[in-house]
Amino acid sequence: MSRSLREVVFVDGVRTPFGKAGPKGLYAETRADDLVVRCIRELLRRNPSLPADRVDEVAIAATTQIGDQGLTIGRSAALLAGLPKSVPGFAIDRMCAGAMTAVTTTASGIAFGAYDVAIAGGVEHMGHHPMGEGVDPNPRFLSEKIVDPSALVMGSTAENLHDRFPHLTKERCDAFALASQQKYAKAVANGQIGPELVPVATRSAENGFGLATVDEPPRPNTTLDGLATLKTPFRPHGHVTAGNAAGLNDGATGCLLAAEDVARELGLTIGMRLVGFGFAGVEPEVMGVGPIPATEKALASTGLSIGDIGLFELNEAFAVQVLAFLDHYGIADDDERVNPWGGAIAVGHPLASSGVRLMTQLSRQFAERPDVRYGLTAMCIGMGMGGTVIWENPNWEGATD
Amino acid sequence: MTAVFENEVVTAAKVRYLRAPGLAGELALVTLDNGHDHTRPSTFGPGGLASLDAALDEIAAHSPAPMAIGVTGKPFVFAVGADLSGVPSVTDAAAAREIAETGHRVFRRVKDSSIPTFAFVNGIALGGGLELALHCHYRTISGTAMVAFPEVFLGLVPGWGGTQLLPNLIGIDPAVTVIVENALAQNKMTPAPKAAKLGIADAVFEPADFLERSIEWAVGVLSGEVTVSRPDIDPAAWDEAIGRARAIVAGRTRNASPGALRAVELLDLARAGVDAAFAAGTAAEDDALTQLLMTDELRASLYSFDLVNKRAKRPAGAPDRSLARKVTKVGVVGAGLMASQLALLFVRRLEVPVVLTDVDQARVDKGVGYVHGELDKLAQRGRLSGDALNRLKGLVTGSRSKDVFADADLVIEAVFEEMSVKQQVFAEVEAVVSETCVLATNTSALSVSAMAAKLEHPERVVGLHFFNPVAVLPLIEVVRAEQTDDATLATAFAVGKQLKKSCVLVADAPAFVVNRLLTRFLGEITSAVEQGTPVAVADRALDPLGLPMSPFDLLTLVRPPVALHVAERLHEAFPDRFAVGAGLRRMVELGKSSVYSEPGVVDPDLAGIDDGDSPLTEDEVRSRAERALAEEIRLMLDEGVVQAVQDIDLCMLLGAGWPFWLGGISAHLDRTGVSEAVTGKLFLPKGVASLPS
Repeated sequence: MSRSLREVVFVDGVRTPFGKAGPKGLYAETRADDLVVRCIRELLRRNPSLPADRVDEVAIAATTQIGDQGLTIGRSAALLAGLPKSVPGFAIDRMCAGAMTAVTTTASGIAFGAYDVAIAGGVEHMGHHPMGEGVDPNPRFLSEKIVDPSALVMGSTAENLHDRFPHLTKERCDAFALASQQKYAKAVANGQIGPELVPVATRSAENGFGLATVDEPPRPNTTLDGLATLKTPFRPHGHVTAGNAAGLNDGATGCLLAAEDVARELGLTIGMRLVGFGFAGVEPEVMGVGPIPATEKALASTGLSIGDIGLFELNEAFAVQVLAFLDHYGIADDDERVNPWGGAIAVGHPLASSGVRLMTQLSRQFAERPDVRYGLTAMCIGMGMGGTVIWENPNWEGATD
Repeated sequence: MTAVFENEVVTAAKVRYLRAPGLAGELALVTLDNGHDHTRPSTFGPGGLASLDAALDEIAAHSPAPMAIGVTGKPFVFAVGADLSGVPSVTDAAAAREIAETGHRVFRRVKDSSIPTFAFVNGIALGGGLELALHCHYRTISGTAMVAFPEVFLGLVPGWGGTQLLPNLIGIDPAVTVIVENALAQNKMTPAPKAAKLGIADAVFEPADFLERSIEWAVGVLSGEVTVSRPDIDPAAWDEAIGRARAIVAGRTRNASPGALRAVELLDLARAGVDAAFAAGTAAEDDALTQLLMTDELRASLYSFDLVNKRAKRPAGAPDRSLARKVTKVGVVGAGLMASQLALLFVRRLEVPVVLTDVDQARVDKGVGYVHGELDKLAQRGRLSGDALNRLKGLVTGSRSKDVFADADLVIEAVFEEMSVKQQVFAEVEAVVSETCVLATNTSALSVSAMAAKLEHPERVVGLHFFNPVAVLPLIEVVRAEQTDDATLATAFAVGKQLKKSCVLVADAPAFVVNRLLTRFLGEITSAVEQGTPVAVADRALDPLGLPMSPFDLLTLVRPPVALHVAERLHEAFPDRFAVGAGLRRMVELGKSSVYSEPGVVDPDLAGIDDGDSPLTEDEVRSRAERALAEEIRLMLDEGVVQAVQDIDLCMLLGAGWPFWLGGISAHLDRTGVSEAVTGKLFLPKGVASLPS
């Protein structure tokens, strides 16, 4: 049989407001799967021309797939969301790039012709599932020196990056972090961040029900002086602080992907067109550089160069890891193409959910920026990896069709 | 409040001020939460009302004023009404009135609020919980929530505004259905979609995002994007609906429940409307609640409610549950109607193989065919899926040989009521089964101990006395015979629970509890007829008690041959008190199922059954029946047939359907002075099922 690939489009993306992990956090008494359910239901509500039974797959990522993130969460959340029982689902994990991998995996299925429409997303309730919960690393990792002992502590891998790139100073990281907070606050004030948020009813046994409508992690009063005084928990007199890294957060994301022809048939909006993607591995103890080879791969496979990219949505796991990427490509720390609405340092990083937040945000920026043709979403991944997805703006004014 | 309930589980009203998309200001959201999970639903006692009152104070003082006030509940529960556990401590009318008035005063704040109020009915809303929702200006309801007014079922009225608000929201006829008809139909609840259709709620949202959608809807109402339409209330509909309500109350209670009658009066009063006459209506509710709370009938109802909800779930005298053996296969000896009904119940509830045996293949086939046919009917009605139908039908088989019982853990017999037959059946079964297989009998009047006496292992024999129709009546009398051991008894209770029946432990005394009392009582009626009391007079003599059916209708239900069999056994045991009426014998001989050939007309074939020359009046017949009951109950207690009179009451409530307001029966006999007159003492201390002295 002959095959032809189909174009894959990102229709729409939503997310819950992000919360701070912990017993006092926004979602302390809210289940992780309920956060996913809200995203799935909201996607269907916002896209009423999509019959629910046309969804061919629900791929939901979580790093810790137990408890309220267990039970094959893509399937269980689909059932809980009231999707028809004929709609399948699965759980997927690539740590921080879980949702990104949910997108690339289902998008590949769409391009291949196995699916017409898919829901992809991710969740991490780091309050219910602290990083490293239940892990049992094989002793061979250390006995055979397969990884450096610091590789499993993400903050330490960030400190390791400072060793490798001494010119990426703590001061530059703090300045980048401050800008992230400021850009985020401005985007919220402008109404650029907000429309993609799904309100979530949050129960507190002590205080009664509340409604989460805004992100909890941002610290709008951040100052450089304040950042300078923060502790460096991963090394004495180190570089990485709570201020220049993403926090520990709870949240979920979801997006709707479709074959472009199917999206048109169903009257769905087209937010972005998938151009290509790449994942790459690096030394686990400097996992933060992962996006560089991943981006190289993605550019190589799509025939694009870094100069073609007009907008970058880079996950800010750590400021130093973003700066390493920018430094590699000769992009200034404060380049306005990079994270124009701030990033994870401000909004938070519920591990496996973040990839779709980057995409949703890029898609909304595309709508405002017909001058931009290509955008890139990228993130570093624990155990030494990076992931990059390149998207095309359907609103690009240079389009000929 | 001065009336404070001891040990009240206080439902706290917790206030949060929320921002919602599209809302310029804040929404004050009140969550009703008693700090327990859904198995202990939130209720309103004095403390709960005070908390809600304080929450409304706080909201009123909050600056800037919120744009709206919402009320919702803890997960799965909105609120289930007044806290009735404190009623026994209400000892005077002033305290009763305070409960009524406080509820009205606090709820009225929600109705009169200048800030729009919304009830987000997230889960079950009963009684006062539903009344709070009705006081709100708007209501949303979760798709799986249920609402009901159980007050009339309990002998009360929805007295915190319900009788006035509901008919003026949805119309009088549906209000009669919800407040009177459903309450008197075993407290039937109204599911959310129906509640919305009736107009009780303005919008239904799915549970998955109920609160989020409700808040969004409320914002839409405030902005005018959502319009809420309510039906016009037609005052002309009142007369007919109130007439219907009176007929329902007369039919279901024979006007013996003061609460039901008062509810109808209040609904009638609501025709004046809530705009013009809400204060008058609620004042009438205050009066009604005050009076009803201080009636013996209500106290007896609450006692009954407690029996069927608590004592029935933890049967007195039952051995430790851990002693119960697992039942993985059930045998049923006999394939007649009773046996087939038992097989159907066992297979539906236990979902294990059930095998019926009988002496000839045609009867076996008929029995299995009956069960399969009933399962098919359930499937047709959507009560069983196709897979479940296949599974259950596959589990029910029949045989002529008792060898099929070899691996059964419980074998129940439902063969002819003849001691020698039953003894032989058990002997044959014992020859096949394991040493620990429980042998149960569904006998209605034979001695279980005698049935077991000749067996090698009599300790495995127990009585499981079901009531006809088996699928409907919730009682099993679990009969402990002389040698029944604890493991057997525990297994019987465990099986009863799995069958979703309420079990009461009874001794192996003639006809146990329900049949003994009903037979004694019917015997008094029939003997009154035999001495010349017209059938019609005798048959309506008990109407003031509000029993579910008249004595001769009861006779038809239990079927005269069964009644005769039980009467004969009781006559053998207690010849002084149990006569076997000639009239009953004639009915059985003639194959009559009723004394009536058509309603109200005594069957001409039975002419002469009331030919005696010393007729009694209705009052005399009733008094005689009541005195007989009191005497028999005292004797049963003295004989140790049950652990306590509560068990007799529970049996009569569940096995005979006798009404709550009689407290089964003992509360009525105490209240009317019959027990003291006949036995020299009360069955229950004052205050247990009656007003405190």
